[in-house]
Amino acid sequence: MVSLETLNSGEIGFIGSLEGGHRLISRLAALGFTPGASVTVMRNHGSGPLIVSVRGAQIALGRGEAGRIKVHRAAGDSDAL
Amino acid sequence: MHCRTEDTSDAALGVNVAESKSLVVALAGQPNVGKSTIFNVLTGLSQHVGNWPGKTVERKSGSYTHLGHDLLLVDLPGIYSLTANSVEERIARDYIIHESPDVIVAVVDAAIPERSLYLLAEMLLLPVPVVLVLNMMDVAEQEGVQIEPRVLEAALGIPVIPMVATRNAGVVEMLDAVIALAQGTFPYDPRRPTILPDHEPVLAELIAEVSQHVPSPYPVDWIAVKLLEGDEEILALMERVLPAEVWAEVSRTLLHHEDAVLDVAGARYAWIGRMIRAAVVRPRVGVMGFTSRLDKVLTHPFWGLLALMSILGLVFALTYAIGTPLQGWLEGVLEVFGEQVNGGLRAVGSPSWIADLLSDGLIGGAGMVITFVPILAIFFATLGVLEDTGYMARAAYVTDRFMHMMGLHGKSFMPLLLGFGCNVPSVLGARIIDGERPRLLTILLAPLVPCAAQLAVITVLGAMFFGNAAGVVLWALVTVNLAVLAVMGILLNRWVLRGEQAVFIMELPLYHLPNLRTIGLYVWRNMLAFLQKAGGIILAASLVVWVLSYLPAGGDVTQSYLAMLGQALEPVGRLMGLPWPVLVALLTSFVAKENMIATLAVLYGDLGATLPALLSWPSALALLVVQMLFVPCVATVAAMKQESGSWRWTAIGVGLLLVLSLAAGILVYQVGTSIAGI
Repeated sequence: MVSLETLNSGEIGFIGSLEGGHRLISRLAALGFTPGASVTVMRNHGSGPLIVSVRGAQIALGRGEAGRIKVHRAAGDSDAL
Repeated sequence: MHCRTEDTSDAALGVNVAESKSLVVALAGQPNVGKSTIFNVLTGLSQHVGNWPGKTVERKSGSYTHLGHDLLLVDLPGIYSLTANSVEERIARDYIIHESPDVIVAVVDAAIPERSLYLLAEMLLLPVPVVLVLNMMDVAEQEGVQIEPRVLEAALGIPVIPMVATRNAGVVEMLDAVIALAQGTFPYDPRRPTILPDHEPVLAELIAEVSQHVPSPYPVDWIAVKLLEGDEEILALMERVLPAEVWAEVSRTLLHHEDAVLDVAGARYAWIGRMIRAAVVRPRVGVMGFTSRLDKVLTHPFWGLLALMSILGLVFALTYAIGTPLQGWLEGVLEVFGEQVNGGLRAVGSPSWIADLLSDGLIGGAGMVITFVPILAIFFATLGVLEDTGYMARAAYVTDRFMHMMGLHGKSFMPLLLGFGCNVPSVLGARIIDGERPRLLTILLAPLVPCAAQLAVITVLGAMFFGNAAGVVLWALVTVNLAVLAVMGILLNRWVLRGEQAVFIMELPLYHLPNLRTIGLYVWRNMLAFLQKAGGIILAASLVVWVLSYLPAGGDVTQSYLAMLGQALEPVGRLMGLPWPVLVALLTSFVAKENMIATLAVLYGDLGATLPALLSWPSALALLVVQMLFVPCVATVAAMKQESGSWRWTAIGVGLLLVLSLAAGILVYQVGTSIAGI
């Protein structure tokens, strides 16, 4: 598993686990970041916040928050976009 | 279900008799689903805006009559779930549980049904019937999402109404469904979400343990689920009401399932997946919706910033093209009106001090408040349009990396930048920021943005003192001012937030056309709130300063209490090389920044001739620096109080600027004189 913020723009990951305090986990879970959900990274420029797509919604995440989300990288689509 | 006849809690909750006869309908939904548009369509100007008891969160309610039924609509805050993670969420769930509305209208975004049905999954656990509204069907179509309301209704067992609230489509159908539900004519049979099979035994165990002890309005099942989710508030509640040995047992049970919060949420999403499987057709992979195409540009690190700058340029152009002339015109009208009142009063033989008090003090002070109206209207309209179209979240995204360094949210950028027009809307605009700390920080920093009046003052004075070099001096002043803002942001962040990280999790809503009615009401409500709350403070402070400048000599400023105050402050002035009349001018700039020039003119006569001869260049520079950083004007202070809800923080903010401006002035003068060898 890798942190979500290591995925490049266009890559897809499947959520494995969330780390951090109860409040953060509960907030992320309500937004659809639950184990098994697929997350598409729409924008990741190596610094600054990311934009990801989860359950049909676009969410901007700070790098710190994205780092708490551990994902399994979906194989073979790193050059999809 | 039924009209509230047996509800005995009404009196305790302060619901009056007239209200209790009508059907109480709560509007609930996640942020950005167009809930306010529905509310505004129905209630218009008849809505009542207040605060939730003991909270700074807005509470909006309004009445509407449909087919002879009186409805009381309550607009709940926009929330993503019913956890205890935010004030808004606590307000919403407390309202539903304790005040038990007759019907809940759950509004979801038809374009992102999966995510926005999550709140419904939570709501169905509570004992209030729900009507589901699929709003923004037009946006869904534009994004390529197809959704079948009838199929979804069959799956859920609750009324499902398709709607385009901005075009008034589906609103009548929604009201019909509300009444059908309240009268029991709809076969209401909701399919409630279940938890994962793995967790069923533990949930049953929890229910058995607590069922005898759950206090009255709370549903036992709901309490058990919230315990499993680790909900702070419910944990505290149960610790209080459960006998010690039962609580110990419950804690032991929960200890083995600490990770259950994710599974509970996951199970809700699995339930949503089953409910929408037959009803929703998503766009083919690779087909880009309208929002994605627009975001290719608007969230791009370079083009996005450029777009933002262009939009801001447009806003400034609008403010200066319309707002500033209107403001000047209003000022002129009020001045003439004041003079006429003054002349009229003197003509009928009233004492001159009464005439002056009315014309200069009262009309002048009230005029101050009124002249803010055009600029504030433009500002709120801009903010409303940018929020309502969904662009504001993009602006916050592209600026977040800069704002983050100061511990600010990306959303702080827009209000702060618009502070170049006027600091008042900038402080008021802080309310769009999520999180109390970043909001407070924005309020405290907003006065450090030089406003139009301050820029005008330094332009006039700069040209007098520095002639051809004025341009460079002004540029340096603004740059230093903004650098001070950044440094203060970083320092205050360390101090105010005490190292707490500003969490950045923000939805980027789908773009849609703004609704004029929603924006109009938004402007109207915010203006009204400002005039009501801040108007009094501004008027009172203007009157006090006027009295101080009038007494005891009866109009001669040089002999007034204000002048005495200036003379008393002379020792501080000496450190900056500033004589007392200049200090008096600074003091009067508290009422309005542009007063600086007027007061100096009263005290010195022909400014252009006297001032440059009087002040050496280090003194002049010190004056300009102090003027830029000085305490905000009274209108801004009133806004700071209104938005922070605390005199203490307002005083801290103002005090900080006072110290900062004087320290900077002294530093500039002392360094300046040693360089110049004076």
